[in-house]
Amino acid sequence: MIMSERKVISGSDVMAHAVKMCRPKVLPMFPITPSTLIPERLSEFVFNGELDAKLIHVESEHSAISALYGVYATGVRSFTATASQGLALMHEIIPIVSGSRFPAVMAVANRALSGPLNIWNDQSDTISERDQGWIQLYCENNQEAFDTLIMAYKIAENSKVLTPVMVCVDGFYLTHAYEPVQIEDQKDVDEFLPEYKPLDFLDTSSPKTFGAFAQPNSYMDFKLEQEIAMENALKVISEVNSEFGKKFGRTYGDGLIETYNTSKAKVALLCLGSVGGTIKEVIDEYKKKGKEIGLIRLKSYRPFPTEQLKKVTKNIKAIGVIDKHASIGFGGALTNDVKAALFGEKVQIESFMAGLGGRDIDRAKIRDAIETMMKGKSGKWLK
Amino acid sequence: MAKEKKEVVEKKDTTKVNASGIPLNMGAVILEPGSTKKYKTGEWRTFIPMIDSTKCIKCGQCWMTCPDAAIFKAEDGSFRINYTYCKGCLLCEKVCPVKCISHKVEEK
Amino acid sequence: MAVLGIDEKEYFASGHRACAGCGEALAIRHILKAAGQKTMMVMATGCMEVVSTPYPETSWELPWVHCAFENASAVASGVRAALEAKGEHDTNVIAIGGDGSSFDIGFGSLSGAFERGTKFLYVCTDNEAYMNTGIQRSGATFPFANTTTSPAGKVIHGKQEPKKPLPFILAAHGAKYIATASVMNLFDLNKKVKKALATNGPTFITVFVPCIPGWKIDSSATIDISKKAFETNVYPLYEIEDGVLKITQKPTEKKPVEEYLMMQGRFKHVTPDIAKKIQEYVDARMKFLEENDGKKIFDTLF
Repeated sequence: MIMSERKVISGSDVMAHAVKMCRPKVLPMFPITPSTLIPERLSEFVFNGELDAKLIHVESEHSAISALYGVYATGVRSFTATASQGLALMHEIIPIVSGSRFPAVMAVANRALSGPLNIWNDQSDTISERDQGWIQLYCENNQEAFDTLIMAYKIAENSKVLTPVMVCVDGFYLTHAYEPVQIEDQKDVDEFLPEYKPLDFLDTSSPKTFGAFAQPNSYMDFKLEQEIAMENALKVISEVNSEFGKKFGRTYGDGLIETYNTSKAKVALLCLGSVGGTIKEVIDEYKKKGKEIGLIRLKSYRPFPTEQLKKVTKNIKAIGVIDKHASIGFGGALTNDVKAALFGEKVQIESFMAGLGGRDIDRAKIRDAIETMMKGKSGKWLK
Repeated sequence: MAKEKKEVVEKKDTTKVNASGIPLNMGAVILEPGSTKKYKTGEWRTFIPMIDSTKCIKCGQCWMTCPDAAIFKAEDGSFRINYTYCKGCLLCEKVCPVKCISHKVEEK
Repeated sequence: MAVLGIDEKEYFASGHRACAGCGEALAIRHILKAAGQKTMMVMATGCMEVVSTPYPETSWELPWVHCAFENASAVASGVRAALEAKGEHDTNVIAIGGDGSSFDIGFGSLSGAFERGTKFLYVCTDNEAYMNTGIQRSGATFPFANTTTSPAGKVIHGKQEPKKPLPFILAAHGAKYIATASVMNLFDLNKKVKKALATNGPTFITVFVPCIPGWKIDSSATIDISKKAFETNVYPLYEIEDGVLKITQKPTEKKPVEEYLMMQGRFKHVTPDIAKKIQEYVDARMKFLEENDGKKIFDTLF
């Protein structure tokens, strides 16, 4: 039994601890840098008798997500973790998991997609999967990673949602960096996250068919159902965030967006993930010099919190988006989504492509983005 | 207790149905096993097989060999064709050891 | 209730959209009769999956799950692990895929599930091509067969490669029970399925199932062609049990391979020269089986 403790621990390690506390019964796993410590630590837990779960050491990530599908079809809570090429290999099955409305949780250690091969951090892997019907929650630090993993199950398994969740953590910056984290007590986590009780699952006493083929006369309706569930998720994510706060004393904005110093700011940067930490440091620097710069950190990327974003940016005149994935041929993917959400609002939005393939986003680059926005200039690649 | 019961009943009655009348079970799960029995594959037939039950020796080979389970055992132990599903493949005729099954072009 | 000692209950309901005379439908009907009610099915994308589950209808009277084309074995590993986690140890898990899924695109996940020792029966319904997509060649396509991607052309006459020896590959993984079966002997198929399901570990049966449009044959020819395939040694029936090879049935009179080839449109281009090559190919494979009949040819690792 885990007793509540404060530990200096790496992101992937603490996520493995969070998974253990959520009591999954089956773990299909395949290693890939930089998510590898997660299957390693989980294997250690199982082999040492600390976690009562069946490990399936599959031979590929495609089989990891496929086995995960089989586990959820049989009505059992599960988990897997991957990154980059692994997620890309899973791509075929990703929309099948969401289309089947299995409330799976997967940790993704954000890493650049190959071409050329690169093991370092950017967000090209998960952003490339944004259309596949999974909820995507991004974390700034290891505490948030631990907390979000636990919240993810509660969000996914909510009867109005029943949609799988990707918990995204920047590879190496979070997975391999050591930070102090409050690891909660197992008893408290059990109270927060009840047992998984699915309605439909493979059962010889009540034979059901999963994975039928739907013709044009019904397929589209199922997709609409998924869209409605995603809209419900906007509310549920906020509710779970509040509940988590009440239970454990920590919240992340309203669960969908976290803001930093936006009350007086006219210029803000917008980002997903850990770069938010660096941005906050630079914002503090500017504040000392009497300049108010804001940070809008999206925690939920899918469902995209359009109304919430409109609210927090009401008094902001210029937003610089830190893009960590180029939708080649149309620029920053995150910027394009933000522009679509804020269409019609009186705000200048610019894209700052940064950090691709793990190129460091240091304070100088953040200052560059801020200065560019303050001068009303165009966005650029922060190479 | 009464409230819980009411919720369950409400859930069952409100299975969504789309404009074409197709039920929309969550995740496209099919809840009713064997529901293809509603579809009459017998309408596919060109040739119609006929068993002469006076000659049938009740060996069961036709029942074994039908890919559509369209042959059933009658009360007297002989085998009969279920024309609702029989597709007219004529495998039963081929395997019958006493050749008591014949066929003709079906008149529709 | 039983007819000829076979469970009378139908687990694969009528009304499915398989072609008239479909060998695969017949095989599956009997595989499930051997397995019984306490069975969960995992199926790969293919003819059977498509003809049996046109939403909102299903032919399956058992719990059934389909995910994609190449991952039935991985899904089965997940199902089995979940059953064990729930404490349900006596439920059969049967994964079924066509030769396209088993020999080719799903080969990796099939090997993985066998390497992990997943307790399940994998059945390959082998009609020797990707039939659901319109008759393209697979690793199981018989040499010189005409398919749309290995056509009987003016320069190259049908598929040039030999049939991938999948039963031996899986036996080499150390699985305790491997068998070949055919719709020409449904009692044998029933027995082999029961034997496989009683085995603790991964097991494999490949079933010879003629395809009406794919082989260009009459809908009533399914059983006759299967019989001929057996009599000409084109499709021998054997088991590899605990690593020991055993031919389970031998033809009383061996027939020349031409008698099999001439029954099917997919071989109608075969000249006496090609028929000779095919005869040599069939004889060589049968010779290997006969020479090793009764011998331990693989170690079992579970």
